Amino acid sequence: MKTQTIRYAVRSSIALTGLLALAACGGSDSGDATGSGANSTATQSNSSSAPARTLTVFAAASLQKPFEEIGDAFEKAHPGVTVKFSFGGSSGLVAQLQEGAPAHVLATANEATMDKAVADSLISGTPTPFVSNTLQIVVPQDNPAGITGLADLTKSGTKVVLCAPAVPCGAASTSVEKSAGIDIKPVSEEQSVTDVLGKVRSGEADAGLVYVTDVAGAGTEVKGIDFPEAKSAINIYPIAALKSATDAALATEFVSAITGADGQAVLREAGFAAP
Amino acid sequence: MTRANFPRWLLVPAVLGALLVAVPIGAMALTVDWANFGALITSEASRAALWLSLRTAAASTVFCLLLGIPLALVLARTSGTAATLLRSLVLLPLVLPPVVGGIALLQAFGRRGILGHTLDVLGLEIAFSTTAVVIAQTFVAMPFLVLSLEGALRAAGTRYEDVAATLGAGPTTVFTRVTLPLALPGLVSGTILAFARCLGEFGATITFAGSLQGTTRTLPLEIYLQREGDPRAAVALSLVLVAVAVLVIGFTRARPGSLSAGTS
Repeated sequence: MKTQTIRYAVRSSIALTGLLALAACGGSDSGDATGSGANSTATQSNSSSAPARTLTVFAAASLQKPFEEIGDAFEKAHPGVTVKFSFGGSSGLVAQLQEGAPAHVLATANEATMDKAVADSLISGTPTPFVSNTLQIVVPQDNPAGITGLADLTKSGTKVVLCAPAVPCGAASTSVEKSAGIDIKPVSEEQSVTDVLGKVRSGEADAGLVYVTDVAGAGTEVKGIDFPEAKSAINIYPIAALKSATDAALATEFVSAITGADGQAVLREAGFAAP
Repeated sequence: MTRANFPRWLLVPAVLGALLVAVPIGAMALTVDWANFGALITSEASRAALWLSLRTAAASTVFCLLLGIPLALVLARTSGTAATLLRSLVLLPLVLPPVVGGIALLQAFGRRGILGHTLDVLGLEIAFSTTAVVIAQTFVAMPFLVLSLEGALRAAGTRYEDVAATLGAGPTTVFTRVTLPLALPGLVSGTILAFARCLGEFGATITFAGSLQGTTRTLPLEIYLQREGDPRAAVALSLVLVAVAVLVIGFTRARPGSLSAGTS
């Protein structure tokens, strides 16, 4: 804990020194100056700690539980390797990589986001689709509004929460509405699928559209209702090793662990379907 | 800045401190897409968010005044354990993460909160409404007003109030004609700070009120959402909020001593 604090202190002072250098020369290459400063400390602290290797994986928030499980197994099978995860919204993760965040592997919640990373030449090789996920209606366990299908979400007085169209789960919700020929008037358009789940879980909303895996991971407070129109918006999750990976072989091995039989079994358990 | 009566080496961390604020703000101004700036900040969603922000912040500031002025007076004119406890309680939202405030508000006013049923009977639906935004903003901003005004009231003392009372003025007349005018600088700076805090409110709003264009999606929520869809619009809108903040600080600075009255 203490060394961690010192490391943060060292990194931020280097970033601040960058600021000072910037002030001295008044240049416009601010990002490079501070960025490289921070990176060099990161590698220093790694090399000084041990010959151990660290694998950093950027993955969509919905992958958290199964990926952590697969990561544990990967560490056991590769002595000396530490797997570090950064879970978050796919678009945000790609934005961080574009800003130069150091990582080995990227797994996104849809192909459009991965395409952005490919277009920016961040990816080594071609991404591999490894699972798919579909939308499900989520309602509180007691289902206060008596929802049975997608059409019920348009009933007046029903409080429905969706993802905003700008985020992947919202885009999926929009295409489901289109294919069903209905127009849901949500009381709130949330930033992420976990926010939608939270509003339903707390009982503030009567229903929401989330992924099957979110319902599976949410326990007994909520229940999921399948609906046929979900087929029109199947999200394919791709995974890829990154060009910036310092240990390309290890990155490829991790991708294989996800696409291999054991990894796939863990992902099925979490509710994901085959790609 | 007229005479350097401080150790010269302190200039180094002082400059660093100033740069820590100046460089990111300057970088934002440099990277904004000026060619499309007008279009980015006048899109329908942006205008709806700005208008909602101004309306809710104004309403919340009025509520802060209605509730905060009496609170500040009570705190300034009482002492003892009870007063200390009350002050700590009122100032709590100042140090709480706003998300925590939002969760607390949900437990009280939410559909399944302890007051939810009563509100339901009264036909009041607060969740996902603009009312929820105003409640969240008032919750987080009121301490700024109370803190600022209480300081001013304490600094003004009770001498003039006592004189007015001996001359036959009733308690309410003393309050409106003597107490409030004396504390006016603190009241003004407190009001401006509270309004600014309302405009910037994010965590409690997104947790408690949700996010829907024109109803609950204020400017900070719109900026956060645009980060996903159109990062250029997010930068442009951020700059609008910076401009508003600069105006607010300008207002406070235009009244010399008004800020210090609040913190003395």
